Amino acid sequence: MNSAIAPQKPDKPNRPLAPGDGAPAGTTVRDVCRTYVERLRGGELGSLPAVGGLVVLCVFFAVLRPVFLSNLNFANLLTQSAGSIAIAMGLVFVLLLGEIDLSAGYASGVCAAVLAILLTNHGWPWYAATAAAMLTGAAIGLLLGTLVAKVGIPSFVVTLAAFLGFQGIVLILLKEGTNVSIKDPTILAIANDNLSPVLGWALLAVCVVAVVALQLRRSSDRRKRGLPGIPSSVLAARIGAIVVLGGTAVYLLNQERSRNVLVGSLKGVPIVVPVIAALLLLGTLTLQRTGFGLHVYAVGGSPEAARRAGINVAFIRISAFVICSCLAAVGGIIAASRGNSVDPNTGGSNVLLLAVGSAVIGGTSLFGGRGRVVDAVLGGLVVAVIQNGMGLMGYSSGVKYAVTGSVLLVAAGVDALSRRRSVQR
Amino acid sequence: MTRTPILELRGIDKSFGAVQVLHDVALSAYAGEVTALVGDNGAGKSTLVKCIGGIHPIDAGDYLFEGRPVQVHSPRDAAELGVEIVYQDLALCDNLDIVQNMFLGREKRRGAFLDDSTMEEMAAATLKGLSVRTVKSLRQKVSSLSGGQRQTVAIAKAVLWNSKLVILDEPTAALGVAQTAQVLELVRRLADNGLAVVLISHNMNDVFAVSDRIAALYLGRMAAQVTTSDVTHAQVVELITSGRSGDLGLTTTANGAAA
Repeated sequence: MNSAIAPQKPDKPNRPLAPGDGAPAGTTVRDVCRTYVERLRGGELGSLPAVGGLVVLCVFFAVLRPVFLSNLNFANLLTQSAGSIAIAMGLVFVLLLGEIDLSAGYASGVCAAVLAILLTNHGWPWYAATAAAMLTGAAIGLLLGTLVAKVGIPSFVVTLAAFLGFQGIVLILLKEGTNVSIKDPTILAIANDNLSPVLGWALLAVCVVAVVALQLRRSSDRRKRGLPGIPSSVLAARIGAIVVLGGTAVYLLNQERSRNVLVGSLKGVPIVVPVIAALLLLGTLTLQRTGFGLHVYAVGGSPEAARRAGINVAFIRISAFVICSCLAAVGGIIAASRGNSVDPNTGGSNVLLLAVGSAVIGGTSLFGGRGRVVDAVLGGLVVAVIQNGMGLMGYSSGVKYAVTGSVLLVAAGVDALSRRRSVQR
Repeated sequence: MTRTPILELRGIDKSFGAVQVLHDVALSAYAGEVTALVGDNGAGKSTLVKCIGGIHPIDAGDYLFEGRPVQVHSPRDAAELGVEIVYQDLALCDNLDIVQNMFLGREKRRGAFLDDSTMEEMAAATLKGLSVRTVKSLRQKVSSLSGGQRQTVAIAKAVLWNSKLVILDEPTAALGVAQTAQVLELVRRLADNGLAVVLISHNMNDVFAVSDRIAALYLGRMAAQVTTSDVTHAQVVELITSGRSGDLGLTTTANGAAA
């Protein structure tokens, strides 16, 4: 803990703290910009590197391979990345505590295998099989979390052991490597079907209205109490960005992207997109607006301070692992749907590393205490763009892995340096 | 003195295994006064504070709060009585902002969600009540604060809960001259607002600057509790180092048994 021996720094002549009278800090656009620049200089980069990287990569690939910008490829990009984004969202919770879950990939494999076996071999309906897969995820998380929080084994070791163990369980469940195909139309639809164009617009409208309502309620409440709030212009710009980006995405996805319309029409927002959006909204609300989320940050920032504040640290740790494994189960279901089947490689090979990479590239710290669910989405898109774009350029898997690995290393480096910078202050 | 002390300890014993750390310790703290708790390293100051805070159960003795005998078995019990302790290492989360730190573990909720606006209002009111003017935004992260500002947040956190007794463990140990003055001023203001304050300090200048009484521990025994204006620097130093000073302090028979 460095707090008590923080280097001395003369207190700047600050404005007196006076909520309610005059112009409280942070109420003008200039104040907001200045606070943001100060935060950047203090080492809190937020999602800036991920967004910047995403733009640069997209321009780069679009110039070199115009097909990258085609509607078909855009839709592919989203469905390709959805599974690992779901796993990465779960990893954010564990990473926020300063822990790691190396078994999330194979946990998704185990859950996918449970789903496939119940659906295909036992003829369960899709909802029951999905519930069983999610319960398997929850049980896995409960086990891992208990071993870490109660027994006190480092999460690295617990989940490394689980990584091997789950790999074995998948093999056992799938009878030494048979491929179980999935025929259930509902499960297959998740990653292979699209919303009708009208439904796509309707969902976007619902999302925008919900976000606007939440933001407006919050800011009007703050204004009524005379607390410093976000200026309306910044709020409007944010909402405008959501409308423009979301509208463009829905518009592009609603275009016909079938190569041959006679064979079949292919248009609409892929169903995985609203699934990921719902998880994003739920995860963000949990982390940013509930006491539980605040306690996750507190335990990640200083477990001792959290314990003294009366927070049940073990409960928070176990819950984070349960959430992580449940979201891994969602990732496994998406992967099973996309692959139309489950085999011993589902959730294996590079799935976990891409998911961890997504979270870290998005800006979630490996040291705990810093990160958001949206990081997983942004980082996941960066990873998907690299994989997809390099694939289009005809590079081999080897080159793709090497480049993705380097990007992860750069992101982890940025994380470590920005952390050092904020400690030095 | 006819006033009832907020906190009164009588005959407190505490052992860890075979080692007796506190022998028959008495301590009183009054509302509106700063009581300085002094003593050399290993004299038992921290142990005594942890007994008051409910972290260590006492082996024997009376714990009276506002004149009533009470049982304090956990930090929660102590907090319910209105006892707040600001530890030396502050126990703040660097990655949370000032409001979040002040309410950590006791957040105000509205339905399933946090009631940020109410918490920010209460935090602002508390800081205003302490005349704190050194933080520019309540929404800045604690990692961006200076040592003095952190100490201020930790103290404000302790008084947010209508506490009656605030114990400060070496609040100025890591601070520079200007910040020490700020924090001492804050300590004095706490007492002036009607709280009982116990200040642990090694620094005689700090002790004489703000305290109304001085309690000196020597090898696990209470050497003396004196009024600050009645004693000199030299006498207090003597009490700390040898347990006695002239007619003040421990008698020779009681002295010397402790480990």
